Amino acid sequence: MTIDLVHYLTVSAILFTIGVLGIFLNRRNIIIILMSLELILLSTNINFVAFSAYLHDVQGQIMAMFVLTVAAAEAAVGLAILVTFFRNRGDIAVDDASMMKG
Amino acid sequence: MTVIAIAFYLLALVTLASGLMVITAKNPVHSVLYLILAFFSSAGLFILLGAEFLAMLLVVVYVGAVAVLFLFVVMMLDVDFIKLRQGFANYLPVGLVIGLVLVVELVMVSIAIAQKGAAAGSQPLVATAAEPNIKMIGHALYSTYIYLFEAAGFVLLVAMVGAIVLTLRTRPNVKRQDIYKQVTRRRKDAVEIVPVKTGEGISE
Repeated sequence: MTIDLVHYLTVSAILFTIGVLGIFLNRRNIIIILMSLELILLSTNINFVAFSAYLHDVQGQIMAMFVLTVAAAEAAVGLAILVTFFRNRGDIAVDDASMMKG
Repeated sequence: MTVIAIAFYLLALVTLASGLMVITAKNPVHSVLYLILAFFSSAGLFILLGAEFLAMLLVVVYVGAVAVLFLFVVMMLDVDFIKLRQGFANYLPVGLVIGLVLVVELVMVSIAIAQKGAAAGSQPLVATAAEPNIKMIGHALYSTYIYLFEAAGFVLLVAMVGAIVLTLRTRPNVKRQDIYKQVTRRRKDAVEIVPVKTGEGISE
């Protein structure tokens, strides 16, 4: 019973799907949407690190580090926008955010 | 080998179960706590893959910074989260169908890659004492990827400035200490000597 590359890829695929499903199901709650984005980026990281280990190349881990950086920056800016939005509207329901008629 | 297999299945199961709880928990505070658990157990998966430095980075950055930021914001906002859950059941059937299709496709591609791809049949890279994981990352990061590393620093700087600009607010009608004003204040700015005639008083 050896753990192979396909095991890690499967875990990553299921985690990615959970993240996408989270965006589908919680369409009004932007905090859960941001957390689902974090889950998707985490599944990407698992993919990068798994390929890095099985291809014997450290590049994948470097890329996973950059993904981590961008994810942290995204979370900080996203939550800042969320706080500003809450301050202006008194609510965080994203489907009411139609001021720009987009 | 079986110890590694047991550890893998345990960590993978905890990661996926807590990931599922993140998107289905009623209370967003519980969601954040499950997110922390998911990050922790995937850090364990990274250690199984031999990426020790990245596992520690995941714990420090995600559990230490991002998850605490989430927790702080969730607790700070006074929002009726029950109202935000409306429509959860409406989207559930179509979401499950799309999710099932997505996961089947991804797993099929994964199996194909694992059997036919460049990594087919290879064993994971084991770090030795002479060439540990951190040393390999350092060699690659500070030579080949030095400009990318600098760019990542700039990304963080821009994110920091953006977050501060977005959340900074100056309240009107709040008195604050202005040290420059205090220190440069002179006697003639504050005190005026007015000759007062007896029995008349002063009017401005």
